[in-house]
Amino acid sequence: MAEVLVYVDHVDGAVRKPTLELLTLARRLGEPVAVALGAGAEATAATLAEHGAVKVLTADAPEFADYLVVPKVDALQAAYDAVSPVAVLVPSSAEGKEIAARLAVRVESGIITDAIDLEAGDEGPVATQSVFAAAFTTKSRISKGTPVITVKPNSAPVEAAPAAGAVEALAVSFSAQATGTKVTARTPRESTGRPELTEAAIVVSGGRGVNGAENFAIIEALADSLGAAVGASRAAVDAGWYPHSNQVGQTGKSVSPQLYIASGISGAIQHRAGMQTSKTIVAVNKDAEAPIFDLVDYGVVGDLFEVVPQLTEEVKARKG
Amino acid sequence: MSLRIVVCVKYVPDATGDRHFAEDLTVDRDDVDGLLSELDEYAVEQALQIKEAADGEAEITVLTVGPEDAKDALRKALSMGADKAVHVEDDDLHGTDVMGTSLVLAKAVEKTGYDLVIAGMASTDGTMGVLPAILAERLGVPQVTLLSEVSVADGVVKGRRDGDTASEQLEASLPAVVSVTDQSGEARYPSFKGIMAAKKKPVESLDLDDLDIDAEEVGLEGAWTKVDSAAERPARTAGTIVKDEGEGGKQLAEFLAGQKFI
Ligand SMILES: Cc1cc2nc3c(=O)[nH]c(=O)nc-3n(C[C@H](O)[C@H](O)[C@H](O)COP(=O)(O)OP(=O)(O)OC[C@H]3O[C@@H](n4cnc5c(N)ncnc54)[C@H](O)[C@@H]3O)c2cc1C
Ligand SMILES: Cc1cc2nc3c(=O)[nH]c(=O)nc-3n(C[C@H](O)[C@H](O)[C@H](O)COP(=O)(O)OP(=O)(O)OC[C@H]3O[C@@H](n4cnc5c(N)ncnc54)[C@H](O)[C@@H]3O)c2cc1C
Repeated sequence: MAEVLVYVDHVDGAVRKPTLELLTLARRLGEPVAVALGAGAEATAATLAEHGAVKVLTADAPEFADYLVVPKVDALQAAYDAVSPVAVLVPSSAEGKEIAARLAVRVESGIITDAIDLEAGDEGPVATQSVFAAAFTTKSRISKGTPVITVKPNSAPVEAAPAAGAVEALAVSFSAQATGTKVTARTPRESTGRPELTEAAIVVSGGRGVNGAENFAIIEALADSLGAAVGASRAAVDAGWYPHSNQVGQTGKSVSPQLYIASGISGAIQHRAGMQTSKTIVAVNKDAEAPIFDLVDYGVVGDLFEVVPQLTEEVKARKG
Repeated sequence: MSLRIVVCVKYVPDATGDRHFAEDLTVDRDDVDGLLSELDEYAVEQALQIKEAADGEAEITVLTVGPEDAKDALRKALSMGADKAVHVEDDDLHGTDVMGTSLVLAKAVEKTGYDLVIAGMASTDGTMGVLPAILAERLGVPQVTLLSEVSVADGVVKGRRDGDTASEQLEASLPAVVSVTDQSGEARYPSFKGIMAAKKKPVESLDLDDLDIDAEEVGLEGAWTKVDSAAERPARTAGTIVKDEGEGGKQLAEFLAGQKFI
């Protein structure tokens, strides 16, 4: 059967959810062969096997951590040469997209980024994209070379589908470009203990209406009552009330949770670009004319300082 | 020696306009006003700051691949303070995908001559966020991308990249390709003087022949990707909107419970 390369996004061996979603999509096209690189690569094998990887190609070398992007492209290309896949799937993280794009140039293939769904078609995989701030849905395919496609988080269910997942060491020889960009220091992001923004089933976001860093405690309390991730608009981030890593929107994270709750956010096009594909949208805003209300399934016109704490209390009471 | 900086800027349909597709499934550029992609203003700004830090010992060329109107984007960048512009324009470019666009940009950058290429983090229409990495691959130079802070000194570019799981300090020797995020620093507004000066700055036009590119390598026909359909997302069914009269939070909880979120 045809093999599909799946690039594994993991942190020290812990596979991130978008990769497991990719395995679900990969199985629609063929047999998934996973490529895991860097520290802890081999430790990913059990999880990947459980979700359908027939093979796990692993490589570790200091280059993966010490230099930007290119060493990983070299390794993915080595896997590509070893497997001759019918498609290459990569999670749509900032780095994932860059790795995929450079591979595509090298193997002379077209690339599609930020797919939200994938089906097998007569002329290769058909990718669905959500474009122009989610106002349009397009279907595209790759007409030259082996399809290289990056897929957004939350695009497919994670399904168990046990397979062999045999670990094989991947031989990588690094290109002249591999050591071009040095990583001279790295500061890991501190974990908040809350779910990862792009992977969360529920996201609770605050905007300029939250009016101060200290008031984000109100947003966090609601998030914690629901087991949700916390997001913020750019206005709130630019004001220094919340970290940039939590920004939702065109230049922040794009999220597609089951439930998105926006408080004190007007709903500018650039914000909508990052959350419009959420399944259920709820907003609290004191301005009945705020554009966010055009998107909502349920909206409350009111002061978030009244409505949000009351909601949090009610959620806690109902959850007992 | 003076630092040669090329800034890649894209002319895009205004995101606040009614963007849609033409019959051939390319972006309809006639119905919506175009402008310099806002995220590329940050690239122009960083180029200007690098030039200032080098006591003016740098020359900034802005480069675009786009239709006739794309000159507007170049004028804006020139009025911000760039020195000259290059416009690659050719009827055969209509419908070019990222592989074709990057080929054209790579050839144009090489023809212009460069020590540093600066791009935006992503366009505001295609929003792929991959072009700078592809450009680096094609040019065979280091990519130092998605920087929220950037500086150049003694032939070395340094910057900070804030990623998903960590923030990294990066460093590479020139020549290199850089891309900057909207965290890199607010872009300046063109001054009246800048706008007047821009009118006199040179804009060079190049076509595919000038770059030794065959028409078959680009355009809709030469694209390595194909869009089969584009459908407007169905309007969301109007939601329930209530006015808070003291029970708004409880009513919202009731809705969430009904949807099984609680
Ligand atoms: C190139 C570009 C990229 C961008 N990228 C992003 C992005 O990724 N993400 C993003 O979010 N934005 C982005 N923006 C900015 C965007 O255009 C808006 O400026 C921003 O989203 C506004 O944030 P906001 O809704 O929090 O603030 P505002 O628009 O100021 O809205 C605040 C809202 O809070 C309401 N409010 C105030 N007080 C209360 C209260 N007590 N109770 C209830 N409601 C209250 C107000 O009625 C108002 O509707 C981008 C802009 C550009 C040009
Ligand atoms: C909605 C939509 C979806 C698309 N999806 C795909 C796809 O999946 N695959 C594909 O191959 N093509 C796709 N395209 C076409 C693609 O967007 C263009 O070929 C494009 O110019 C390159 O990609 P980008 O604009 O997304 O650039 P990005 O990679 O997002 O751009 C990053 C930076 O590159 C520079 N840059 C980009 N284009 C130019 C230019 N023309 N002139 C000067 N500098 C430039 C700018 O500095 C910009 O900030 C899509 C286009 C649209 C409108």
